[in-house]
Amino acid sequence: MTALSDVSLTVREGETVAIVGENGAGKTTLVRHANGLLKPTKGSVLVDGVDTRETTTATLSRKVGIAFQNPDHQLFSDSVENEVSFALRNFRFPEELVAKRLDWALNFFGLEQYRKSSPLILSGGEKKRLTLACILAWDPEVVVLDEPTVGQDSLQKEKLAQVFRMLQSTGKTIVIVSHDVEFLWPIQPRLLVMSGGRVVADGEISKIMADRELLEGARVTQPQLLRLYSGLRSRPATPFLDVPDARAWVAGGRAGRGVG
Amino acid sequence: MSATTIRLGGKKVLASVEGLSFRYPDSQKPAVKDVSLEIGEGEVVLLAGPSGCGKSTLLRCLNGLIPHMYPGDYRGGVTVSGLKVADTPMSTLSQSVGLLFQNPENQIFMFSVERDVAFGLQNLSVPREEMRARVDEAMRLLGISDLAQRAPHELSDGQKQRAALAGVMAMRPKVIILDEPTSLLDPKTALDVVSLIGRLNRELGITFIVVEHRLELLIPIADRLIVMDSGSKVMDGPPREVLADPRVEGYGVSVPPVSRLYNALSRDGVRLPRVPETPEEMAEELNAL
Repeated sequence: MTALSDVSLTVREGETVAIVGENGAGKTTLVRHANGLLKPTKGSVLVDGVDTRETTTATLSRKVGIAFQNPDHQLFSDSVENEVSFALRNFRFPEELVAKRLDWALNFFGLEQYRKSSPLILSGGEKKRLTLACILAWDPEVVVLDEPTVGQDSLQKEKLAQVFRMLQSTGKTIVIVSHDVEFLWPIQPRLLVMSGGRVVADGEISKIMADRELLEGARVTQPQLLRLYSGLRSRPATPFLDVPDARAWVAGGRAGRGVG
Repeated sequence: MSATTIRLGGKKVLASVEGLSFRYPDSQKPAVKDVSLEIGEGEVVLLAGPSGCGKSTLLRCLNGLIPHMYPGDYRGGVTVSGLKVADTPMSTLSQSVGLLFQNPENQIFMFSVERDVAFGLQNLSVPREEMRARVDEAMRLLGISDLAQRAPHELSDGQKQRAALAGVMAMRPKVIILDEPTSLLDPKTALDVVSLIGRLNRELGITFIVVEHRLELLIPIADRLIVMDSGSKVMDGPPREVLADPRVEGYGVSVPPVSRLYNALSRDGVRLPRVPETPEEMAEELNAL
């Protein structure tokens, strides 16, 4: 079975790229090529100019951090703090820096109270946050997140959106695999749509998300604010990106018509 | 049983939780704090709230994992389908209360789909012919009869979730508890699973209690939305009403964009004729303004 076929794409430094598509489309397989966990059987993958077949995953990981979809495939330490510091020590960070990064990561992801606990006792959502904490603690240049919003409540999702803005503002390259179109929409990433092991669309999220036929084929649904925008008789030139945007438009329209 | 004859909005009470509190042994604070609620037969109840609010603990109390498998400080009572959960063995409870996990991989593990669907019945030593009939019926209901001989690893994620649900259905439970049933599914497959839940509810009257963060998916089929925070039940009502209550956003519930917009517009003094459940409904109402 071929999980990916004839995929070609370039991700530039500092770009935010989201990948959507049906279950089994090849999204996870594709991103696992980014740190050499998987190597292509045909074609090649270059990371910062280096062919992934000519180096090790350990070396590539310093540059590319991947947070897995299923935390149970990633977590293995006896305590949350050892889980986070494992990679930092592997990368030979000095001990003071290990301590500093550990504190930051646990604090930021609301895991401080579990510092000494086994990762196994965490809830699904907490495990997920721990995988993100582990990756972001070593500050890779490329951050790959496979379904980061699964099991997260709105407060955690807002925090995750903050992490995105922070990573974007520091020039990091972000690749996110997600089914959560409501989470992706306000971020307005470059969007890749995958289906049956191929990339079937690549471009601006607002253009691609307007193409219902394409979405249907990849089993993706439109975000609510775009559906709302499409149903309006009179509407602004571009779709609403978030709720405040839509609210401002309604307020403006009322002012324009002299209502309210 | 007298407990099942009380009526709730014209419906029989199927499950009742009275003054329930539960504290895990290593924990200082109770995970569930003095919760009381009644669930009517045939209702689809959506349970929401921030991580750690106690919703998973409440589910465990409803299906008997608490107190039978998880020890701890248990107060109050839970009755499901006339059975007092704390006094009823798991094997008996499992015939009234079905549970579907978030990840179907934790639920299907046999060599073929049909063996997986039969697994629970086998454990109950159901006679062979009856098992056959119930397995076939469950597979037909879930539209997976043609997959009977397939190995679980050959299935797509949506098919796996349907196979797991068929295994639950074969037990012919009165109520099915689903813990984030769509979180690993692509949006379209998630919608398919939701409409399947809606169909099983309408056609067979099965009661569903669903924990789900993607509220926008479930709202169209839910009769009721219960919000929990710090172990307590803080809101309970029809989804339209709960989502139109300004407090809901403060509880860490992922309120769908359309409901957030409705609430923001209400604050601005824009009164829409009704609380919209879908973007299309909202567009219609804005067009009419």
